This record gives sequence, C-alpha cells and structure tokens, in this order.
Amino acid sequence: MVKVTINEIVCKGCGLCVRACPKSVLALSKTKLNAKGYHPAEVAVPEACIGCASCARTCPDVAIRIEKE
Amino acid sequence: MSVVFEKTQLLTDKQFHYCPGCNHGIIHRLVAESIDELVKEGKLEAGNIVGVAPVGCSVFAYDYFNCDMFEAAHGRAPAVATGIKRAKPDTLVFTYQGDGDLASIGTAEVVHAAHRGEKIVTIFVNNAIYGMTGGQMAPTTLVGQKTTTSPYGRDEAWCGAPIKMSEMLSEVPGSYYIERCAVNNNANILKTKRAIKKAMQYQLEGKGFCMIEVLSTCPTNWGLNPVEAMKWLEENMIPYYPLGVYKDKGAEQK
Ligand SMILES: Cc1ncc(C[n+]2csc(CCOP(=O)(O)OP(=O)(O)O)c2C)c(N)n1
Ligand code: SF4
Ligand code: SF4
Ligand code: SF4
Ligand SMILES: [Mg+2]
Repeated sequence: MVKVTINEIVCKGCGLCVRACPKSVLALSKTKLNAKGYHPAEVAVPEACIGCASCARTCPDVAIRIEKE
Repeated sequence: MSVVFEKTQLLTDKQFHYCPGCNHGIIHRLVAESIDELVKEGKLEAGNIVGVAPVGCSVFAYDYFNCDMFEAAHGRAPAVATGIKRAKPDTLVFTYQGDGDLASIGTAEVVHAAHRGEKIVTIFVNNAIYGMTGGQMAPTTLVGQKTTTSPYGRDEAWCGAPIKMSEMLSEVPGSYYIERCAVNNNANILKTKRAIKKAMQYQLEGKGFCMIEVLSTCPTNWGLNPVEAMKWLEENMIPYYPLGVYKDKGAEQK
C-alpha cells in the first residue's frame, strides 16, 4: 500500500502533480480553500496509486510525501 | 512504512514565495538533493558549501538552501563565486541565476568565469523573461513572444535572435561541462538532477567551469496557468533551445 500525503498548508493548487500522475490519483479540491487562497491537491483515488513519486518530483513547493508499506 | 519521497534536509522549512507552478521550486529541490546526496556519500562536508544567489525572482534563494549563501549584485554571481572558490578551494561553490541575471546584465561575468575555467557550478534558470520585474523582454525571449516591453512580440530584425548561452559557453576553452535540461516531465526532472550532481562532482574533482541550463516556466508573466505554461515550454522553448550535453570534457577523456 502507498500513502501519499499532501501538505495542504504549503500547496498552491498549481495542478502540476495532477498532470504528472500516470494513474489519475490526484485532483484539486473543489470544496476546500487553504489559508493562501488556493484549492489544494487531494488524493482522490488512493487505491490506484503505484508509488512512482512523479507527483512529488514535479511539485514546485515540495508539498508531497510518499510512504510505502 | 518506508519513505519513498520526502523533502530534503538541504532545504529549509521556509515556504517558497514563488508563484503557483513556477519551476524555480523544482530546480531548488534538485540542487538541494544533489548536495545532500554528495554529503551523505561522504564526498563533501556539510559545512563546506556556499551558494551565490542572484537578483531576480530567486533573490531569496539564500533563505531556502540549508547551507551558507551569499547574495550577489545583479549578474555578478560568477565573480563573487570566483572569489569564494579561490579563497576556499575545498568548498563546493555554486551560483543560481536567471536569464536576465546571467544572459543580460551579467553576461561579462559568466563568459569570463568560463574563460578562466573557474571551478564553480552555475545553475542557469532560463524562463525567457525578466520574471521579478514584471515580465520584460530578456535576451532569451523567443521571437514573437509577447512581453510587457515587446507587446507585439519580439521582432528579430529589431532585437536580434534569442541568445543561446549553453551553445556559446561550450565554445569557450575553459568550460568543462555544459548541459541544457528541463523539468517538464518525470524523465527530464531525473535527467536534470543527474546533470546537476555530475557538475558538482566535477567541481569536487577539481575540474573547470560547469553550467547546467534549466528551461523553466514563468506562468505569471507568460499569462498562462501552470499546466499551460509547461505545454508552452515544450512546444516553443525546447525546439529553439534543444536539450542535451553541449560539452563534457570528462566524457571525452573516457
Ligand atoms: C543593477 C540592477 N539593474 C536592474 C535591476 C532590476 N532587476 C531586478 S530583477 C531583474 C531581472 C530578473 O530576471 P531574471 O534574471 O531572468 O530572473 P527571473 O525573475 O526571471 O527568475 C532586473 C532587471 C536590479 N535589481 N539591479
Ligand atoms: S505516486 Fe505516482 S501514482 Fe501515486 S499519486 Fe503520485 S504520481 Fe500518482
Ligand atoms: S504540485 Fe504541489 S503545489 Fe501544485 S497542486 Fe500539487 S501538491 Fe499542490
Ligand atoms: S514571476 Fe515568474 S519566475 Fe517569478 S516567481 Fe512568478 S512565475 Fe516564477
Ligand atoms: Mg528570467
């Protein structure tokens, strides 16, 4: 199992992680706004994640942490 | 649980001030991770690293890297780095510079640092614009590209063709390793990291001037969202600024 954690305080809702994910795991929140005023990224389909870390490598704000069981 | 990816210790906890999607953040991380790995591999002492920050959007780079940093006047980072490296030859010295900084006001400094074969690493972030000051045309701005000072698009007859620094500096005898990279996808991000680390390794081996040019987006001043900006870079910048190794004296010797 892979655990993707997005730091919603740091995230700027740029969408680059959503673009980079080969399994369409991530999405920008449609309901949440963070203190900076951005819609943070969310793990929408956790079970599809393969732990490739493409999202974390593209995140300009280093907001993504990935762990594996 | 084992960690697959986490933020490197060579970056401070300070949040980046960059606009959403700006590639400066990705490039910072790759520089920091490369240094971190060299320290962990025992090739470099943690207290023996000095970065030289530029003037431009990355002017606050000194707040983000967890090593000693020096703030240079606009374009003068290679001259400052020369002094630091010559005074303390065992120190890993790198400059981090934008295209306005390196390819415009600081062209003399980088050309002569390369000519002298200074043992420094220059990270050259080319986003084809003056980001910090509000999106003016840079020497690297593409023909036809609209900026605040080229509202009808850059006119080659009037402004000349966009300057290709990697090609230019690879012709200089003192340069050792020059590569142009991009961080537009996973494979290119990994390649950029390898290039930055290799340049730093060359410096630790006492080789000459190394520059890694990294094509970068400026969504804000390009007037595009971060995802569109990546696409614009792929369709417009990469064809004019081809990626690849322009010079590698280390590989030639093998
Ligand atoms: C001597 C001097 N001239 C001009 C400026 C104004 N200035 C600040 S940043 C900048 C250009 C920065 O562009 P670039 O190096 O491409 O960095 P970016 O913001 O795009 O990352 C200029 C002209 C200055 N600070 N100092
Ligand atoms: S680790 Fe890979 S599969 Fe999982 S969310 Fe990130 S990019 Fe998608
Ligand atoms: S790439 Fe980073 S900053 Fe951008 S939306 Fe994803 S988590 Fe947020
Ligand atoms: S103005 Fe451009 S280069 Fe500067 S932080 Fe914003 S997106 Fe990045
Ligand atoms: Mg620039």
